[in-house]
Amino acid sequence: MNMKELKFKQKSRLWEFLGEKFIAVNAFVALIAIILIFIFIFKEAVPIFTDPEIREEVTLGKMVFKQEFYEGRDAKWSWQPNSEVPKYSLFALFIGTLKAAIIAMLFAIPLGIGAAIYSSEFAGKRMREIIKPVIELLAGIPSVVLGFFALIVLATFLQNLFGLTFRLNALNAGIALGIAIIPIIFTVAEDAMTSVPRSLREAATALGANQWQVSLTVVLPAALPGLSAGVVLGFGRAIGETMIVLLASGNAAIISANFVDSVRTFSATIAAELAEVVFGSGHYSVLFFIGSLLFVFTFIINFSGDMLLTRIKSRFQGKMN
Amino acid sequence: MQAYNNSADEIIKKSSIDETDKEMYRSAYKMTIENLDFWYGNNKVLHDVSLNIEENKVTALIGPSGCGKSTFLRTLNRMNDTIPGTRINGIIKLDDINIYTGIKDVSQIRTRVGMVFQKSNPFPKSIYDNVAYGLKVNGIKDKNLIAELVEESLIQAALWDEVKDNLDHSAYMLSGGQQQRLCIARALAIRPEVILMDEPASALDPISTSKIEDLIGILKKKYTIIIVTHNMQQAARVSDYTAFFFQGDLVEFGATKEIFTRPQKKKTEDYITGRFG
Amino acid sequence: MTSTASKIIDTGQIATNGLDFKPKTQGNIPRGLTLLAVIIIILILAIILGNIIYGGVGTINWEFLSHPPENGMESGGIVPAIFGTVFLVILMVIAVIPVGVFTAIYLHEYTSPVSRLTRLIRVAINNLAGVPSIVFGLFGLGFFIAFIGGGLDSIFYNSEGPVWGQPAIIWASLTLALLTLPVVIISTEEAIRTIPRELIEASYALGGTKLQTIIRIIIPQALPGILTGSILAVSRGAGEVAPIMFTGAAYYLPYLPSKLNDQFMEMGYHIFVMATQSPDIEATKPILYGTVLVLLILTFLLNFIAIYIRSGMRRRRASLQ
Repeated sequence: MNMKELKFKQKSRLWEFLGEKFIAVNAFVALIAIILIFIFIFKEAVPIFTDPEIREEVTLGKMVFKQEFYEGRDAKWSWQPNSEVPKYSLFALFIGTLKAAIIAMLFAIPLGIGAAIYSSEFAGKRMREIIKPVIELLAGIPSVVLGFFALIVLATFLQNLFGLTFRLNALNAGIALGIAIIPIIFTVAEDAMTSVPRSLREAATALGANQWQVSLTVVLPAALPGLSAGVVLGFGRAIGETMIVLLASGNAAIISANFVDSVRTFSATIAAELAEVVFGSGHYSVLFFIGSLLFVFTFIINFSGDMLLTRIKSRFQGKMN
Repeated sequence: MQAYNNSADEIIKKSSIDETDKEMYRSAYKMTIENLDFWYGNNKVLHDVSLNIEENKVTALIGPSGCGKSTFLRTLNRMNDTIPGTRINGIIKLDDINIYTGIKDVSQIRTRVGMVFQKSNPFPKSIYDNVAYGLKVNGIKDKNLIAELVEESLIQAALWDEVKDNLDHSAYMLSGGQQQRLCIARALAIRPEVILMDEPASALDPISTSKIEDLIGILKKKYTIIIVTHNMQQAARVSDYTAFFFQGDLVEFGATKEIFTRPQKKKTEDYITGRFG
Repeated sequence: MTSTASKIIDTGQIATNGLDFKPKTQGNIPRGLTLLAVIIIILILAIILGNIIYGGVGTINWEFLSHPPENGMESGGIVPAIFGTVFLVILMVIAVIPVGVFTAIYLHEYTSPVSRLTRLIRVAINNLAGVPSIVFGLFGLGFFIAFIGGGLDSIFYNSEGPVWGQPAIIWASLTLALLTLPVVIISTEEAIRTIPRELIEASYALGGTKLQTIIRIIIPQALPGILTGSILAVSRGAGEVAPIMFTGAAYYLPYLPSKLNDQFMEMGYHIFVMATQSPDIEATKPILYGTVLVLLILTFLLNFIAIYIRSGMRRRRASLQ
């Protein structure tokens, strides 16, 4: 054999070093992005608290409390940023956002959790192979398409069904929103239930519980943090979702408990008004203030969702198998 | 018991039926297994196993891992039913009821044949609720009765003194050995007649293990116990009868003393003397 | 003999322990109710898809796919919207893939999974995934257009009109890249996890450096996952409207975008515009449905491909274990 001497090239430390730094820089993008989002959204909202000119027009108090806009008239909450006396009551938008989200949750929780229970506890292999793609397809529908569907088809259907005066309302938007969040609730809840250790199911079975008793008395309670996480994350999405409510809700800021009145949500307000607003005006700041609220709110929601999921993981990890 | 509280006439009638039942159906053994075959899919893991389990005795199932002893144990309360693709052939009788064909609802068998698993598996519930669970799912609603049985079972499992003041604490607060005794108490609460134990001490420290072994010695006065173990000393210490499984066959079965001192088969001897396993 | 035995069974008194155990119900109610939830979800999906296919299939023909809108969007095709969408997502992918892939690699190869830094980055990724898309739109406007674009203008293009400090396809695609970053990171991570550890260790054992191992082993092995992530990101990005409505999308453009600072038309936004701004909704309906169908086919096709690649990957992992 030819015993040729091998000469290995000295490796460049520099390249290793630069390579690591380059990769590390990329890894920080997500972290930096979240910080920048926070800064740049809040930055534009700050003038509400600092700029005297803007404070003439809008303050935190004006956004929260009832205002007497015209002398001698009753104080009220009202969102009319473009009227002669600009009215910036966020309360009206808050009610709208909440109404749409509540309807969405009422619609999506039973369906999402119900289907998750069926898929995890009762479905055979074949049925599960139908449910999973159905949920993935539903999750893949762009929200503008769901909004379009609610605007053209669902609104007419609901109007005829309930004899409604207005086609576009909280109910219509809420159901469409509900359809959008079913996949989130389903996925998180199903994951939680299938992660309940087999040994717990066996323990219950060995005590004479039959299949549905095992599901209801052991699996569901054990997976409860996961189910809650699904609901919480779904709620976060319902609050932040834009195109569906923009298309389907009617966008009138009406304060009422009536679920078939039109509503205007935080997100839809930004989407509808930002394009026409004067850069740096009071209205502009208010829209960014709303954006800040949405950001903070969803941040809290996601954080609590994560905490719940961590809890269910640590509950079963290492404890048993 | 309520059914018996009727007229004297009925009591006599009832008891006479019971008498004839015993006469007609009850054999000498608590459980009898005849010609049992078992498959996972196409894979046959038990071959023609026949075995009798004597009442109020401890029967140990030993053998190298993968020999089918755990699978066999799990056929005795039909736990394998929960695994898709399993199939069984042969007869398993509890007293004189064929547990695969003679009952309407499989949970009836599991209330009479309780089980304790290899790793402690308490529910993420309170200590009390863990023990009460089996009673509740089987339709017992009487709160006082449940409380009574919870206490009774925890006492039997030698756990009562350690937990009596913390019954509402999560079961996960207990140590590994306590958790396993809790699982035993949970199995006792529904007053089974037979208790299956699948390597109940294999995940425990020596002190907890000896507590469990002591417990088995006490429990056999009231219950029939079948225990799977990979620990031969344990089998020798706790059991009255021993069955040696190898590659899905029941190689040898007999009184523990006999098996460990004068095994009839070469395979058994090799195993218990530690030549393989 | 058998009759006595069966009598004992029928009265449910087989228990001899003196406890009055009740015979069990079969649990058909929980099973039925949860099955109903599954059926309703399947019906919802079927109705939405059926409606859109029925409404759109007649519109889609060669002319529709090869002509610009005509007659105030009441006739003609959607070429500029398709072109803009494709251009947009290509730019987005170019931006998001390297960042996402390197983030995943950094998290797996350079840091310990329990380090505080890793946890912080993970929290950021999770929260980035939960930020409402409209907030991304606000951020794109405030950061990319006003801050970066405006900054570039003031440094390089003194006194001329805005060059970069205006809505443009580059800003819209960068905004979408941030939005889809978590998708790419998560699928790349899943792929990295499927790489057998021995393979990576073998590379190190032969004297490969970290960088060499990453370039020659990890990235090639993770390619299916990277591909899946890219496709899912494209599918998500192609359907998002809220982030691009202030950052670059235009109602109508007589030309196709050719420079990075051009505005563009996009399918989702086109749907929104036609559904809300058209004076005669009935007249635009066929085109509207056609556009929705094209968008839906595009996103579903991408999803199917991604799911197919991913399931192949999961099979590989299952066979390795």
